[in-house]
This record gives sequence, structure tokens and C-alpha cells, in this order.
Amino acid sequence: MDRNRNRLTRLPVRRLALAVAPALFLGFFFVYPLVRILQASLAPSGCLDLAAVAEVFTRGSLRQVVWFTLWQATVSTILTVVVALPAAWVFARFKFPGRDLLRAGLTIPFVLPTVVVGAAFLALLGPSGPLGVDLRRTIWAILIAHVFYNYAVIVRTVGGLWAHLDPRLEEASRTLGAGRVRTFCEVTLPLLSPALAAASSMVFLFTATSFGVVLILGGLSYATIEVEIWRQTTSFLNLAVAGALAVVQLVLVGGILWLYSRYQERVTVQQPLRAAADTARRPQTWRERAIVGGVIVFTGVFLGGPLLLLVERSLRTVGGYGFDHYRTLLQGGGGALVLSPYEALQNSLLYSLAATVISLVIGLLAAGVIARGRDLLSRGFDVLLMLPLGTSAVTIGLGFLIALDRPIDIRTSPILIPLAHSLVAIPFVVRSSVPVLRAVREQLREAARVLGASPLRVWREVDLPLVTRSVMVAGGFAFAISLGEFGATALIARPDTTTVPVAIYRLLSQPGRGSFGQAMALATILMIVTALSIVLIERVRVGEAGEF
Amino acid sequence: MSRQPSRRTLPSASPMVATLLAVVLLAAGCGGGGGVATSSASAEKSGEVVLMTHDSFALPDTVMAAFRQETGLELRVLKSGDAGSMLNQAILTKDNPMADVIFGVDNTFLSRALDEDIFSVYVSGSLADVPDEFELDPEHRVTPVDYGDVCLNYDKEVIGTVDLPLPATLADLTRPEYKGLLVVQNPATSSPGLAFLLATIAEFGESGDYPWQQFWRDLMANDVLVVSGWEEAYYSEFSGGAGEGDRPLVVSYASSPPAEAIFAETPLTEASTGVVPAGAFRHIEFAAILKGARNPSGAEKLIDFMLSISFQEAIPESMFVFPVNQNAELPDTFTRFTTIPDNPVKMDYESIGHNRERWIREWTEIAIG
Amino acid sequence: MWERQASSDDAGLERKSRTVSGSAINGQGGDVLEIEDLVVVLGELQVLNGLNLEVDDGQMVAVLGPSGSGKSTLLRVVAGLLAPRSGRVLWDGRDLAGVPTHRRGFGLMFQDFALFPHKNVAANVAFGLRMAGEEPAAVKQKVDEALGWVGLDGYQERPVTALSGGEQQRVALARALAPSPRLLMLDEPLGALDRVLRDRLLPELRDLLRARGMTGLYVTHDHDEAFSVADRLALIRDGKVVQVGPPGEVWARPAGAWAARFMGISNIFSAEVRGGFARLPWGTVRVASQEVGQRTLVMRPQGIDLLPPDVDASGEGLSADDRALARVVTSTFRGGRYAVTVVLTDGSELEAEVETNRGPTQGDLFEVQVDPEQVIILNDYG
Repeated sequence: MDRNRNRLTRLPVRRLALAVAPALFLGFFFVYPLVRILQASLAPSGCLDLAAVAEVFTRGSLRQVVWFTLWQATVSTILTVVVALPAAWVFARFKFPGRDLLRAGLTIPFVLPTVVVGAAFLALLGPSGPLGVDLRRTIWAILIAHVFYNYAVIVRTVGGLWAHLDPRLEEASRTLGAGRVRTFCEVTLPLLSPALAAASSMVFLFTATSFGVVLILGGLSYATIEVEIWRQTTSFLNLAVAGALAVVQLVLVGGILWLYSRYQERVTVQQPLRAAADTARRPQTWRERAIVGGVIVFTGVFLGGPLLLLVERSLRTVGGYGFDHYRTLLQGGGGALVLSPYEALQNSLLYSLAATVISLVIGLLAAGVIARGRDLLSRGFDVLLMLPLGTSAVTIGLGFLIALDRPIDIRTSPILIPLAHSLVAIPFVVRSSVPVLRAVREQLREAARVLGASPLRVWREVDLPLVTRSVMVAGGFAFAISLGEFGATALIARPDTTTVPVAIYRLLSQPGRGSFGQAMALATILMIVTALSIVLIERVRVGEAGEF
Repeated sequence: MSRQPSRRTLPSASPMVATLLAVVLLAAGCGGGGGVATSSASAEKSGEVVLMTHDSFALPDTVMAAFRQETGLELRVLKSGDAGSMLNQAILTKDNPMADVIFGVDNTFLSRALDEDIFSVYVSGSLADVPDEFELDPEHRVTPVDYGDVCLNYDKEVIGTVDLPLPATLADLTRPEYKGLLVVQNPATSSPGLAFLLATIAEFGESGDYPWQQFWRDLMANDVLVVSGWEEAYYSEFSGGAGEGDRPLVVSYASSPPAEAIFAETPLTEASTGVVPAGAFRHIEFAAILKGARNPSGAEKLIDFMLSISFQEAIPESMFVFPVNQNAELPDTFTRFTTIPDNPVKMDYESIGHNRERWIREWTEIAIG
Repeated sequence: MWERQASSDDAGLERKSRTVSGSAINGQGGDVLEIEDLVVVLGELQVLNGLNLEVDDGQMVAVLGPSGSGKSTLLRVVAGLLAPRSGRVLWDGRDLAGVPTHRRGFGLMFQDFALFPHKNVAANVAFGLRMAGEEPAAVKQKVDEALGWVGLDGYQERPVTALSGGEQQRVALARALAPSPRLLMLDEPLGALDRVLRDRLLPELRDLLRARGMTGLYVTHDHDEAFSVADRLALIRDGKVVQVGPPGEVWARPAGAWAARFMGISNIFSAEVRGGFARLPWGTVRVASQEVGQRTLVMRPQGIDLLPPDVDASGEGLSADDRALARVVTSTFRGGRYAVTVVLTDGSELEAEVETNRGPTQGDLFEVQVDPEQVIILNDYG
């Protein structure tokens, strides 16, 4: 046997084969449209015009926007982690009635149109709200809303790994004389750090590209790059500056992701994971009960408060409370415009399901590529997959329009909607499964191979079942993201199919107490459908025997 | 086969590389002239006409069916975001348009649209029924379809009472009795916000003793509230109608009071909000045939249909705008609950196109203070 | 039944041709597994260093060596989990280089068992059978059978995470055995268990392997374990086979001082041998050899007796000066016998095992007597 032959078998042929589908997907639906739109906006005449890029750095107001984007995202991320970490722990380590439903409920903010949540926040943060101070149009309003939106990202992503951590490691630390805090800092936190890094990088991306929250709650003084790109595009029709801002955003986000990905590699260790069911227990001491209770109450008030306000509005009628709005809504709306909430729901669910399936398939393949190596391929792929999250929706949306007309014109096809949604959802799938995949001991895969499992079979029998839970958590997210239909889809030309968020917008654009009430009723229905769908999705198990 | 992906993925491995790649691609485009090739002449689908429009577009099924019946054509509607996004999309895809007809370009965007040369000329036979004042383009590249006035709405419980009369002019808004009563939208992010700014610019002018900038400084000093969008202004800050706020004056539409009446929980005999006639700005919405349309004859039929009585009479209650066809009758609710401002601000669309970015920037400086 | 059984026909054909080429190489018949000049480099480290080994059909070869000697690496190469830098692994004369792990039809039992945590006991054991495409009914039957062999009847539905160490070991063994691999490799199968459990499981394991006539490689660092299960024993050090042969032979004649020491004999001395006597720095002892020259002596602790110093123990041809006196350093009771360490006159230490009821205590003075039959004379000075 010669040396070369052995070298050849070391080439990651299999990983590269796995990478084909995600790479094609991303290349065709992200990189290519992005390059085309940047080309169109920065080099309309065919020649690169860097004047617009220079303008971003020389015009004070635009520099301000870049700076604000970065610092508010950093602060929002830190705040979210600090506020949500206790809940991540409680949801991972304790059993209590209604846990699954509550955890599913955390994603509700994701699906609601920002206008709706914005309205609730404006009411709660006003002078007559529970806080008693007027925080409207302050930085606090933005930060609080960001924590509100991203709470679930931390709880679900970090909690996902936490549930699998072997509690004996913490116990060992305690017996070695470390206190609770020391144990947390020296044992738990390092073991959690892959998931923590994954989740916070996503929160960072979400908040760095925050749009509606900043627009509605921030008032005049605050604008992120995302808001500015939108403003430059839609009200000034200034594609050059928008394109330049998009490049700046891309480079910033890409750089941060690059750093993250290197960090992620460094901190991920293989560890013996335990079944989530084994690590969770009922709270025992009064102290545990107090903590668990406290966290649940806080979560309920903080996340539930604004949502309940919407429910309350949907029930409020002229003569007190009642289901009048629901009745009118389900009978086809009170206005001249007949609107079928059933059809809207059906469309929404269909799109979301398609987006979820696409994101799971592409995301899992990509996660397989990333988790099986710690090289340039792995790191580059990871960054590339995350970039859509950090790219302006306006940029991608417009990119679709000029890029996707050949070989077949799919610019106006309904399939574009789930495709656009999955661009945003894939990172969730990847982020939730890579840490778990990396933590799966190589020996389990080897054992399967020795027992006669082909590489594909190993993936199906070992990797997939072990990551199912985390992946389904991500799938739930993907579903919610798509259901909420935010991001690029508002900016692609789409067939006139009514989805629930579209219907809510339409109701809200008609002045009138009835329309407002029906919009709130539809938002409430959307919340319930979301929570139930996510509970269902998380119940999905791959493979036989036992929950892991 | 296995080598393929490595080439695909590795170059985009880092954002720096990706950016470099983009730059190289851009630079490569320098030499070659035209860039994008014109679309391949795809077979004209005579059975379908595609309408690109904004998200506020809505039409009853009966009207859609009428179009099908009259023309034998299937109407496919593409929603494309707000008016600005829609126009961007049309401009970006002008080499290979996605639709035959675009509807919803208004006079604040008209100049930009005409500059881009994306429309074909068409003179509809039905234009005879449309008053001349709506026909802004003498070359007939665009056809007016509807209009709507952006104006102040007021809460009838607070304003127009014995204690507090309606503001007679825009200048009245800077008077102490209206302090803290008005909520407007940011012209940089909201279409009615821009309309209101344009109305004030037309009213006070750019030069003279009291230019619009001074008016806005005074308005700011009089505690006007600026929010980002219409929904927020109307539902969260306005006190009238469905609003939950505490400000009785809001920038909205002349059609809002009838909507309040129609969409109330129980039909109202009288609207709870009213329209301030002073300082209204008139939006005129146009339809146009896109250059390179696949079905130009169908596009013409659609434009004709949009001026027809059945379409024109349907739009008030579905889109809350007013028909341009003078023979179209307004629904009862519209005649009962609103007054169409009789003397809306007129502003040349070319001057809007010219100055909008500067005006918005100046306004922003004043507003942020 | 087995995907790979289809290829065993090929292997059969191969076998015929091998007798031409293969037997020419090693001159022996009956080897199914041949490992030739295996070199494995992991990072900077050369783990296997030109290793050669053969396994006959139905033979269990124990691979004995200290940790880091490359034992587990050897198994990984044979399993196909690791590609060697050079060298060949042949099965029935056929080079396995291009055959991926899952088509080799070998079984490997991992040191820490590597049970699938997401599958219960039955699903773990069924895994290999399912991969082989067996019918569900047959799978179930064979799972039950395999669990029967390891004494875990009725454990089918238990989650593996709830099993004790010994139970996990049995499940791992049943999982490796169930698909009837043509070669079974066990990597320190008892290494993760405590001494008591190991002593109990070792005979069971040996009997099971014997009863099933398994061809296999049994990796361990424990010589007792190796002697107990092996038909043949290969002693490896630094990625090379140092000595190979039947366990009794290896035990009787370690190939060198290192081999002797590794098999638990620490009494190794350099001596001048002449006329049936060996002269050591601390005395002279009788040996059962007439060799002459400088040699290395290995003395089994069992062959050393400690006699009271007042008794004249010097044998025929030995003077009183040749007496080896020793003082007890430690003495440990090992049930019926005492393991005693004594220090000799030149300061070196000697280990002895004495059968007595009254144990020597620290500081006691004895005279050392060596059974010539238990002295091994080596030519090497390691």
C-alpha cells in the first residue's frame, strides 16, 4: 500500500459530498442574489463607484448609525443572556406542570407582527403603564423589547444543551469544595459555552439587524443600519448608499461571525451527554421551589404581559368583554372586504411547514459538514450560513428580484417565500445541532460502523436521534420565524396569498375599533396556533426507543 | 463530483473573501458595457395579465370576477411591499419585468419613476371621464386611477367643541391651545408623514418671512409628537376612533372617518372623528404599463378596466381612496362621514422628486433638534 | 443474511489463491487475519512501528502491552477506523485496504462500551443485526439469544443509561457477538470494571468466547487476563510485537527482561553464570543450566523461599560466603501466602512469595533460597 492512497482517503470526500446541497442552496439563493444586488447598486454603470461607501464613513449621521447598531446589539445581547440564563437553567433542569407548553410559548413573540407587539409595548411603557415611567422612544424601550424578543433564543438554545449536561460533573465540583457560584463559573459555564456562544451570536445578529422595534419604539433618534438601508431604499430610492451600508453591515457581521466560529471551535469539548429526562427533576427544597417559581413568574409577567394585553384588547368590546371580535372575524370580517381567517391560517401553516422542512434538510446537512471538522471548510461554511441572518432583508429581497429570473423565473413563484424564510431559519438549525453533534462521542459512530452501518446509516441511527431534540427545538423556531413572516418576504414580489400576518396588517390599515379588535383577535389565534404547533413539532422523534 | 463543493464553498469561506469576490465581480463588470442581457422573448401568455402593486391593494372578488368576464383574462396580483419598495422592484427588474401593469405609484414618487423610463405610453379611452387635474404626465406614460387626501383627523370629543375650535390653518397648530395635541409621522419612514411635510412646505414656502423650517421649529416647540408609522400614530397615540392614545389630532386620511364608521363594532350613525379641511395633501395613484410587458394588450385592457365604473366604485370601500372617474358614485358612507378637502395643496411632482431627500434631511435636523 | 457474507464467497476464492502467494510469505497455513508491517503515525507520534501479527481461524489472540503501546490503535486499524501509513491488513489473504469499516464484518467491543444512549438494551444489541438486513423476527430472536449468553435475559427494554458497569459490559459484549462477526476484537473489555467484578466476569467471558469458537483479538494490559483468555499471546511494546506464542511458553520464557518485568516479575539481575551456578552481587544461586558467561537472570517470586538465617541453607557446592542474606522491607498477606519484599546486602530488592501461616514482619532477617527450576536465564541485558 502506498502513501498516496492513504492520503486520499483522508480527504474529506464525504463531508464535501454532504456540503453540495447546502452550498448550492446558499450559493444560488444567497450569495448570487447578494452579489447581483450589490453590483446593481454600487456599480450601476458597470464600474465600481466607491463614493457611496466613502459617504457612509464620512457622513456623520451614517457613522452614527453604524456605531449605534454595534453598541445597542452588544448591550442587548448581554442583557438578554443575563436575564434569560436563569430561565434556561430552570427549563432544563426542573420538571414542573406545563413546562413544554410554556417553553413553546416563549417563541410567540417571534410570530407576531412588530406593529402588534409594538402597540403593546407602547401601552406598557407609557406613563400609565405598570412601570410608571415613560420609556417610550428611549433606548430602554429598544433594549427591553430586544430582551423580550430574544429571551426564547437563549432559553431554548442554551437550555437545550444544559438539559443534556451530566449533573454529576457539577456534583463532582461541589464535592471538591466548590460553592454553587464557583461550580457554575468553573464547570457549568465552560461546558455550556458552545451553546451560549451560539445563542448569543444569534441574538447579536437579530438585534444588530433590528428593524421594527427600533423604528416603532426608538422614535426619531435611533436607527440601525437595517433601518437606514430601508429608509435609503424606499424613501430616497438611493440604492448606492443602501448598497454601501449593506456592504458595511455584511463585513461587520461577517467579522463577528468569524471570531465567533473560531471561539466555538475552541470551547467545544466532547462530553458524555445525558438524556434530558434524566437530568430534570422536580424542585425539592423550598429554595429550589422559590427559584423555579420566581423564574416562571418573571417569565410569565415579562413575556406574557405584553401578549396578554393583546388578548385583552381582542376581548374588549363596547359593552365590556366578549368574543364579538372573534365572531365577526370568523364570519368573514366586518368590513366591506371579505377576509377568510381560515384561508390565511392555512396559507401560513403551509408556508411555514415548507420552510421548516427546507431548513431542517439543508441545516442538518450543513451541520454535518461543520461538526465533522475543525478546518477552514467548517468555519467558512458556518459563517456563510449565518450571514443571511445578518444581512439586510431589503438587500436580499431586492437581490432575489434581479437574480432569480433565470434559468427559470422564480421571482414571483410562491416557493420563494419559504425559501426566503429558510435562509433565516437554517442558522437556527445549524446552531442548535452543531454543538450537540460535536459533543457526540466519536466512539458511538465508530461502534455503529463496526457493527455494519454505512456512513449514511451512522448519520441516521446515531447522529440524528442524538440531535433530534435540539434540532426539533430549532425546527420549532424555523416554523415560528416563517409563521411570523418577517424579513425579506415583505420585499419580494409575491402572489396575492393572504397569510395571517398579512391579514393582521390589512385589518390594522383600516381605521376603526372593529378592525383593531379583529386584528387583535387574529393575533391571539396566531399565538395559540404557534404554541400548539411548536409543542407538536417538539414531540417529533426520530428513531425508536427512548427520548434523548 | 466531490471536488465541486470545495470550490464552491471555500472562496466564500470568510467574509473578507466574500467581499473581495464581490469587488472583483464588480470590477470585472467595468469592461463589458450593457451588463444584463435583455430577457429572452418568452411566449406571451395572452390568458393572463400580471399586476404589480403595493401591500394596501385590495379588491373584492366580485370585481376580480368582472374583469375575468369582460376580458377573458386572468388577473394575477403581485404584492411588492410599500409603494417605495414596489417602485424599487420595478426599477431593478426593468430589463425583465415581473408584471405587465404596475399600480400604486403616486405623485411623490412619480418623477423618479418617469426618470427611470420604465413605462410605456398608453392613452386609455376612458380618460375622457377623468378630470384634467389628475393627469400629471402629458406624455401619458401613467394613468391616474384614484386619489386620496392626507389631512389632519380630529377626535370629535375634544376638538371642534365650544372650548377648542378646529384649527383653521396649519399655522394655527403652533398656537398654545394646540400644544401637545398633534401626532405626526416621520416623513423619512411614512408616506402620510411625507405628505404632511410636503403640505407644510407648499403652505409656507422655502423662503419668505415664515418658511416651512420655521413653522416646524415652532411646531416642535409646541410639543408635536413624531412617530415612525401610521399604525402607531393612529392606534397608539391618537385619542379618537380606535386610537388608545391621548392626542386628539393626527395626520391621517380623509377616508379615515368613514372607515371608523364602517369598521366600528356596531354600525355608527355618526363618525367619532372628523377631517380638518386645512392643509391637506393630495396623493394621486397611477397605473402604468411596464416596458417589456409580456402581455401589452392585456395590460391595456387592465388599465381600461381600472378606470371603469365597476372598479372605480369598488375602490373607496376596499382601499379607502377616491375614484378619479367623475361618473363613479361614492358609497353612502363616504358621502355621509367625510368631507373631501376642497382645496388640497398642489405641488409639482418634479419639484417633489428633486427636493424630497433634501427636505427630509432638513426636516430630520429640525425634528431631532 | 449478512451483507458481507456475500463477499465471503469472494474471500473463499481468495483463500485458494492465497495458499499460493500468502503461504509463500509466512509459511504457515490457517491464518485468517494477517497483519503485515503496520505503521501508524498519529500527529507527530509513530504509534505502530512495523507491527506483524497473524491470527488463525478460531483462535483468540491476546494482545498484551502497557498503555500507550499501540494496542487500541491496532484494533482501530484492523476495524478500518484508521488508515495505516503503510502496511497491510489481510483477511483470508485479501487486502482490506479498500474495504470500509462497515463492510468488514468484524466486531469491536470498546473499552468504555460505547453503548448508544438513545437506544435501550434490545435496540443496542439489535443494531448490528439490523444493519445486516435481518428480518425483524430473526433480529428479535437473536437479540434474546445474545442476551441469554451474557445472562441478561429480561433486560431487553431497559435503558442502557440505567445499567451498572457490569451490565453495560455484558450488553456491549452481546452487541458485539450478536451479528456473529467473523473477527471479534475486544479492547480492554474488563478495563472499566473494578477488580472484584473483573475477577468474576473474566472466566465467564473466557468460557463464552471459547464456546463460540471466536476468532479474535483481545487487547489488555493485564497479563492474568491475557493468560486466561488467550490461545496465543502477543506481547507488544512501542508499536511492535516483542514476543508471540502460546501463553504458557511466553510465561515460561519471556523474550527479554522487559517482557519478564511486564509480566510481573521484578526480580531481574545481571549475573556471571558458570557450571550450574550464577554469581550475583548479593550472593550465588544454583541454576539449571550449564551455560557460561554474563547473563540476565529472572527469578519468579514463587521460586524464592525465605529461610531462617540460623539454618544452614547453603546447598551443595556453596560456601557460607555465598549465602544471600536479606531483611524484610514489606510483607503483605495475600490469602494463604505472603508477598514479601526484602532488601539484599548490596541494597537491591527482591520479591518473594512464601506460603506460610505466620508472615514475616518488617526487619526480620532471612536467608534467600532460589529454586533453580524457577530461574530463567536470558541473553539480553534489558
